[in-house]
Amino acid sequence: MLVNDIPNVTISACNLSRNFGKHTAVHQVDLELRRGEVLGLLGPNGAGKSTTMQMLTGNLAPTSGSVQICGIDLLKHPQQAKCYIGYLPENPPLYKELTVDEYLRFAARLHHVNLSRIDSVLTEVKQRCGLNDIGKRLINTLSKGYQQRVGIAQAIIHQPEVIILDEPSIGLDPNQIREIRILIRELGKASSVILSTHILPEVEGVCDRVQIMNQGTMVFSAALAELKQKNLNLERIFEQFTLRNGHTGN
Amino acid sequence: MILTIASKELKLLFVSPLAWTFLALIQLMLTWVFLGQLDAFLELQSQLMQIANPPGATEVIIVPVFAVASLVLLVATPLLTMRLMAEEWRNHTMTLLISAPISLTAIVVGKFLGLMIFFLLAMLLAVLLSLSLLIGGTMDLGLLLSNMIGLSLLAACFISIGLYISSLTSHPAIAAVGTLGILLALWIADVVATNTSSVIQNFSLLRHYESFNRGLIDSFSLAFLVLFILTFLILTIRRLDGKRLHG
Repeated sequence: MLVNDIPNVTISACNLSRNFGKHTAVHQVDLELRRGEVLGLLGPNGAGKSTTMQMLTGNLAPTSGSVQICGIDLLKHPQQAKCYIGYLPENPPLYKELTVDEYLRFAARLHHVNLSRIDSVLTEVKQRCGLNDIGKRLINTLSKGYQQRVGIAQAIIHQPEVIILDEPSIGLDPNQIREIRILIRELGKASSVILSTHILPEVEGVCDRVQIMNQGTMVFSAALAELKQKNLNLERIFEQFTLRNGHTGN
Repeated sequence: MILTIASKELKLLFVSPLAWTFLALIQLMLTWVFLGQLDAFLELQSQLMQIANPPGATEVIIVPVFAVASLVLLVATPLLTMRLMAEEWRNHTMTLLISAPISLTAIVVGKFLGLMIFFLLAMLLAVLLSLSLLIGGTMDLGLLLSNMIGLSLLAACFISIGLYISSLTSHPAIAAVGTLGILLALWIADVVATNTSSVIQNFSLLRHYESFNRGLIDSFSLAFLVLFILTFLILTIRRLDGKRLHG
């Protein structure tokens, strides 16, 4: 498929629900993302952010609802749809016994990157994620921050249309966080990015749109520009939408 | 894609000392048996000549070597298969494979193939050892071939069941114990069944292997072993899919 054929809406999830036994983790969540948009997914622990992301990447089948990635139904044609997704889960999926180069090469092959292009892709992604000098090191010996970066590199190595990052800045030092934010903004220009986080300034720094989840439902959705215009404070909104329901829950 | 997964499995195997230890150990055991049998054969040779239709060198030396190889395999397989799936769950690396645009079948078959190539490598050592007999005389190559087919099928059975058990848990140790338990149970299945025509006997993997070991390529055994492999590969694929559906 040519790049031009890909519609402007990259992710559209409709009525997404997921039950674990009797417990409802995610309840009728709608989500839409356009190309060039960065969406921040907020919510307290256990709000269902990770579950939603797992459903968007095909790691978990939704109990009901549908997901379309670049116009392709994820549930009906998982292999085609997954070509467009890059995913960094909560725990970066790293083979600790491999070196950074070996690992990224494997990730690239998994995503059908051509053998002839692999070297150039590898150099580029290492450049972007600041992994230039540590290609030969074992992942096991890297610090948490570097491991996180390898995780991000793995997610963007095939230049996906949709990048889903579950708490990407966890374990990074302030300098690295700034670099990662710059990287995410850069990625957001060419593709669409969903990131979940607990750090509110991060959302204000990199996101175009914010959605807040609480107890499995989407409780708030707005463009950040709109919030700024109305002079609303994200922290106050977060408290308002998550604390209130939290109290009724107790 | 299958080959990508298989080569990754091989790489992970060979960066750990376990694989090298296994190769060294199996070679040591087989050479020991080989030399012992060779010695016995040379001693008995003059007496064997007097019997009509005497057993040849292949029967006296190679058959026991392959019989021992099957036992070593039975003990070693759980240690090698335990991490195939369990460790992927444990280290959350399965997410990488599931999120990639490849089918569950490719993941399972790739993993199976990776370990199979490793076992074939181990078997190659045994075959080279056997072929060294050609330096001093002639061999029954047909018998060797039947042993090779039998041992590869047996190894494939062991791997497929180990792979399935490994997909059931996220603790490699539990996977190893479970696999060993089942393999031992399948091994003694024919000891338990006192009646020779008992159905249970058919489930003894080593019994099927014995016919290959004797040089008999039995189509029933062949079919049984192939079906056994396929069954557990399919169960593993179903298990992966079930994990996605049920969490």
